[in-house]
Amino acid sequence: MSKVMSDLRRTPLYHEHLKSEGKMVPFAGWEMPVQYPAGLVKEHECVRENVGLFDVSHMGEIEVKGGGAIAYLDYVTCNSVASMKDGQAQYSALPNPAGGVIDDIIVYRFSAEHFLLCVNAANADIDFAWLKEHERSDAEVTNVSDQYAQIAVQGPKAFQLLERVFGRAIGIEVKPFWFVQDVWRESPVIIARTGYTGEDGVEIFVSPEKAGELWEVLLQKGEDLGVLPCGLGARDSLRLEVCYPLHGHELSPEISAIESGLAWIVKPEKKGDFIGRSVLEREKSEGAQRALAGFYLEEPGIAREGTEVHSLDGRSIGTVTSGTRTPTVGKREGKALGLMLIERKYAELDTQLYAIVRGKNIALRVVKTPFYKKKAA
Amino acid sequence: MNFPQELKYTKDHEWIKVEGSAATVGITAFAQEEIGEVVFVELPAIGTEFRQGDSLCVVESTKAASDVYAPVSGRVSAVNEVLADEPGKVNEGPYESGWLVKLEAVQSEEIEGLMDAAAYSAIVG
Repeated sequence: MSKVMSDLRRTPLYHEHLKSEGKMVPFAGWEMPVQYPAGLVKEHECVRENVGLFDVSHMGEIEVKGGGAIAYLDYVTCNSVASMKDGQAQYSALPNPAGGVIDDIIVYRFSAEHFLLCVNAANADIDFAWLKEHERSDAEVTNVSDQYAQIAVQGPKAFQLLERVFGRAIGIEVKPFWFVQDVWRESPVIIARTGYTGEDGVEIFVSPEKAGELWEVLLQKGEDLGVLPCGLGARDSLRLEVCYPLHGHELSPEISAIESGLAWIVKPEKKGDFIGRSVLEREKSEGAQRALAGFYLEEPGIAREGTEVHSLDGRSIGTVTSGTRTPTVGKREGKALGLMLIERKYAELDTQLYAIVRGKNIALRVVKTPFYKKKAA
Repeated sequence: MNFPQELKYTKDHEWIKVEGSAATVGITAFAQEEIGEVVFVELPAIGTEFRQGDSLCVVESTKAASDVYAPVSGRVSAVNEVLADEPGKVNEGPYESGWLVKLEAVQSEEIEGLMDAAAYSAIVG
């Protein structure tokens, strides 16, 4: 490994990962577990069938407060903040003037004058600098990342485990994309029904001092449910199966939000201007040059990020943004899968194309997404 | 971890079993654990000649594609066809059912420079 581990930051759960024999790797400037002894496949399957825990404390948190918070956030994000209610969480993005994505985020509304943004670890500093640049006297922006650790509890048995720990039926009391504030062992927590795995569950914001204790209690009380700590490797294969984009792959400042498949969170009908509005509004109604499409490889192999995609007549028409063979869908279909950003006309279902892997043409087919849908409760 | 005594090893985690001028090549137990679940193996054509250190074949796991280097120079006499349907054999039996390539007309002088089980075991800890 070329990176010196001691340059990296550690989350409040670092020692828990060592206790669980996590394999620690550098990620976005943090020392994070890519997997534990169970391995990528078992961890992935555990989230699909039981319940898994993820340390997501490396994510950034930015607070926005003031009478102008709604107007400010409606200007810097592409989704509609004004339509949010107290207690709601909203998936959104910070566009740049060209309509590209600086970061994808979740916005939490505590009140009309108090919001929290959760941002990707890799972009936390960039996002904060950008938001500060656009700060207003009636919308104060503060980086509160140090005040929060975060634990994701994901899987069909997540709510069973949470009932044992929090003594309440989160699955019944909290609708998807809503959150509640609670107190656990005298420490404030925010429990949000959000996640990045495609299974039901929550992401819990907790103080750094209490995080380790909460993690251990979750592991302990979930033992008979088959709970496992899960690393970044499983996190990636899980999100890919449900086609959740990953910044740096499907999303980037150079790819328009419409091309990345985020038209559903771009609201040109909202009141007031927002950054990137003219490009995004036009592309949303007229279509963009490229489109993101899901594919299965029709021959053995894997088409990873960066792999060139060709039309059947040999023209280079785009690249793979993410690709691998995933545990759940890979087993079900016997195929590797991925997402690719290609010329829009080739993105129709069943289109056959080639992935160029080590100089060879590997047949692929555009398929319906998501590749996986969670089982009905 | 198991490193059979009768095999020779390279620093790139290949093993080789030499029998006269013929040899069998695979990857070690350490390597298969590092790369994770093998989902595809791209094997060379029979008759292809390789020099020591050339990329002999590619093992594709969910994590990454890894080159397997020829421990010695030689000519491909057989490849493990079973891996087309069961690439996971590389993980299950890296020294037996998961063998990759058989070589003929190997340069036996090159074997001298390879590690024995004890030396390899020492470098992978």
